[in-house]
Amino acid sequence: MPKKIEYKQLMNGAEINLALARIAAEIVEKLSPRDEFAIVGIRRRGVHLAQRLCDKVEAILKRSVLNGILDITLYRDDLTTISNRPMLRETSIAFDINNLSLVLVDDVLYTGRTVRAALDGLVDLGRPKRVQLAVLIDRGHRELPIQADYVGKIVQTADDEIVEVRLNEEDGEERVVLVKRPK
Amino acid sequence: MQLILRQGRVVDPTQKLDKVADLGVEDGRVVEIAPRIRKKGRKEIDARGLIVAPGFIDMHVHLREPGREDSETIETGTNAAARGGFTGVACMPNTQPVNDSEAVTAFILERAREVSKIAVHPIGAITKGSQGETLAEIGEMYRAGIVGISDDGRPVQNSQIMRRAMEYSRLFDLPVIDHCDDKDLAAGGCMNEGYYSTLLGLRGINPAAEEMHVIRDTVLSRQTGARIHIAHISTRHSLAAVIRARQENIPVTCEVTPHHLLLTDAQVTSYDTNTKMNPPLRTQEDVNALVKGLASGSIDAIATDHAPHNANDKMLEFDRAPFGVVGLETAVSLILDRFVRTGIIGIDRMVQLFSVNPAKILKLERGTLAKGAWADITVLDPEAQFQVRADDFLSRSRNTPFEGWQLRGAPAATIVRGKVVWTP
Amino acid sequence: MASLSQKDLLGIANLSIEEIRLILDTADALAQVADRPVKKVPALRGKTVINLFFEPSTRTRSSFELAEKRLSADILNFSASTSSVSKGETLLDTARNLESMAPDIIVVRHASAGAPYMLSRECRSSIVNAGDGMHEHPTQALLDALTIRQVKGRLERLKIALIGDIAHSRVARSDTILFQKMGAEVWACGPPSLIPWDYSKLGARVTGHIEEALDSADVVMMLRVQHERQTEAFFPTTREYYNFYGLTRERLRLAKKDTIVMHPGPMNRGVEIDSDVADGSSSVILRQVANGVATRMAVLYLLSGNAGLKPRKQSR
Repeated sequence: MPKKIEYKQLMNGAEINLALARIAAEIVEKLSPRDEFAIVGIRRRGVHLAQRLCDKVEAILKRSVLNGILDITLYRDDLTTISNRPMLRETSIAFDINNLSLVLVDDVLYTGRTVRAALDGLVDLGRPKRVQLAVLIDRGHRELPIQADYVGKIVQTADDEIVEVRLNEEDGEERVVLVKRPK
Repeated sequence: MQLILRQGRVVDPTQKLDKVADLGVEDGRVVEIAPRIRKKGRKEIDARGLIVAPGFIDMHVHLREPGREDSETIETGTNAAARGGFTGVACMPNTQPVNDSEAVTAFILERAREVSKIAVHPIGAITKGSQGETLAEIGEMYRAGIVGISDDGRPVQNSQIMRRAMEYSRLFDLPVIDHCDDKDLAAGGCMNEGYYSTLLGLRGINPAAEEMHVIRDTVLSRQTGARIHIAHISTRHSLAAVIRARQENIPVTCEVTPHHLLLTDAQVTSYDTNTKMNPPLRTQEDVNALVKGLASGSIDAIATDHAPHNANDKMLEFDRAPFGVVGLETAVSLILDRFVRTGIIGIDRMVQLFSVNPAKILKLERGTLAKGAWADITVLDPEAQFQVRADDFLSRSRNTPFEGWQLRGAPAATIVRGKVVWTP
Repeated sequence: MASLSQKDLLGIANLSIEEIRLILDTADALAQVADRPVKKVPALRGKTVINLFFEPSTRTRSSFELAEKRLSADILNFSASTSSVSKGETLLDTARNLESMAPDIIVVRHASAGAPYMLSRECRSSIVNAGDGMHEHPTQALLDALTIRQVKGRLERLKIALIGDIAHSRVARSDTILFQKMGAEVWACGPPSLIPWDYSKLGARVTGHIEEALDSADVVMMLRVQHERQTEAFFPTTREYYNFYGLTRERLRLAKKDTIVMHPGPMNRGVEIDSDVADGSSSVILRQVANGVATRMAVLYLLSGNAGLKPRKQSR
């Protein structure tokens, strides 16, 4: 595989942590007292970010918060065209999502198709009361009418660039970098 | 002179001949073999670098006419044989109707006279309809011109019937050609019973099905004195039984097909019905033993068991497809390339296998280039490149397991009674 | 790699260990669809799957149908008795007619070994072998492996005993090849007349004594014995067969304490297996059935999108 050329750092570890802390505070702020509420991460990196958000929200509310994992592979709209399909993993949502306020979490919001697939996946599991979206990076270039309710950082990008969120759990380091797409 | 072949390598085991010479033909007969023939021939063939041999005879061919002209006719089959270097074929009686009467024998001979450029020698059925129940009118067929009897396609399951047939055949000194295949042991199988039939989940034909009948036939031949010829021998134990019987002076001969010398049951893995024939492809050990027998003289003849089937018939599931592959147009090249070129057998042995011995077994006045003999001549080019392409076949059918094989060595001319009936 | 690189699933013999693991892992992930309120995912939405069953079969057919429906595929069912095949149309002609409807996947069960191979060569569609004669039944072996892996955590170094009519069983062949590939110790047991030629070359230990096969077995797979076999002289009577090869509670004690009992179904109770064993605590037979749907969903999902690939050359 031709090497991707990393050429700009967008966030370091400390900045990531700060962004997540702010998002957690915003989520709590927007919560109604009567809200049954859960945080669901979209595989793969959204899962780790969701876990961290969950921990931070639990620290603020001083009670446990429902946490789930959503695999959207089966709901992708490009399943038959991509030759290298991602590995199908389990969706793990051990609670009933009916009438729940959900916050979906992903690392990067780009075309919006991943979130559309996630919404389809949720609909097959039940009927949540409300779904909000939290992302670490919004890089623009939407192809569907999807928006994030909570954003860590907004970044202007070009089509030939990739935003890579690197987390300890997956990549052994904590930073967000901009990378040129290989030709 | 009618025809002179110039400076070919004349190989004739009956005269212990193997030398470069001119060969002259007059009135359809060989008249002279000499270092240089001074006369001029009306037709002259430059045979330098070529092999000149007594005409090859395929003693096991299915011409399908009458009855299955959609797969082959006497005309297309004999054209295919001529292309394959054969000056004569013996055709099996499992036509529709079966050749079990003087009428069908006469029909075949008449049709051959009309359309065939080579000699056609019919083999008559042993039993009526080849049903294995009552004897066919062997004497009448003998008078009409059969050269042997066989129920080929089927075995003679009832040993008492086989014994009677052998006794009766002695009257006419006809060889009894047996398709050895005990029906019960064969158990409706479609390939050799072995590791590969297990792997592929196909019903197997136990090799003992053939071996049992070979041994039975040698026992009956010992008793009756009848000449028995084992068709398409395929297992090492069958050959061992023939060798043992010969040691006791039992009059048994046998033939082998090119595919049983070159292919094994491992070939069947793609379920290609062009690897389905009866007897089936056997194991590598069987092939090794047969090749040894080819070289040592234990095997008397090579015969193709040319079994044409039109494409539709073969395009079925493996267990439902009919048995058989064609062979007339590939046999000589396969043997030249895989056994003569590699030194396993010499040209003289090849001529024995294809010409001298078949003529002897069927008591045809052929298989020799002695002075006065019929000028049925097979001319071979041992260096010619030949690629097996079923689409080029003169046969009406295309069912060959050798598609695409690249071979060196091929027929260069086929001559019947001094007349050139085929050149490439 | 998260898709199968071949066009078809014709047999376990054509799958690598990685591909087998991929199918099992995917099946695990798809199994939970059965637990949802909406038991459907859109993965095969808009895809056409044809079930071409030349042999009657309720359980395999309905298992495939459910798998296809849960993946949101459009389904067409063809069975030999109702189709033109009974009027003499050949397999090839039937397949070509179906091809003109542009199916993405054809699931075929046929009495002739090798029939799926023929279809694979002639059709663009992906072919899934649902059982061809005595040759292979790959999805059955995969669901068996999934079941064993779920209960035992692995397949390596397990002693797995296959007992019954090995010669006529496509399940036995597929199981033997798969378990052996995954590192298990496979035993094939039955009356010698029902063990095919050179079966040990497939990687199994062969024995005619059920005690040897059951001794410390981790998994006992009982195979169906058909009544017809007694008329073909493979064994004297079903009574004698039961006496020597039937799985009773006493015989089961020879196996490991935590052994599991499996059967591909349908069962001949009282011939190859006693009811109290079939319904007992060691039996995972019903779990096999449940896993069948998930396994078949995994196979269909992983093959979707592969129609049109050049069929892989068979190598052995």
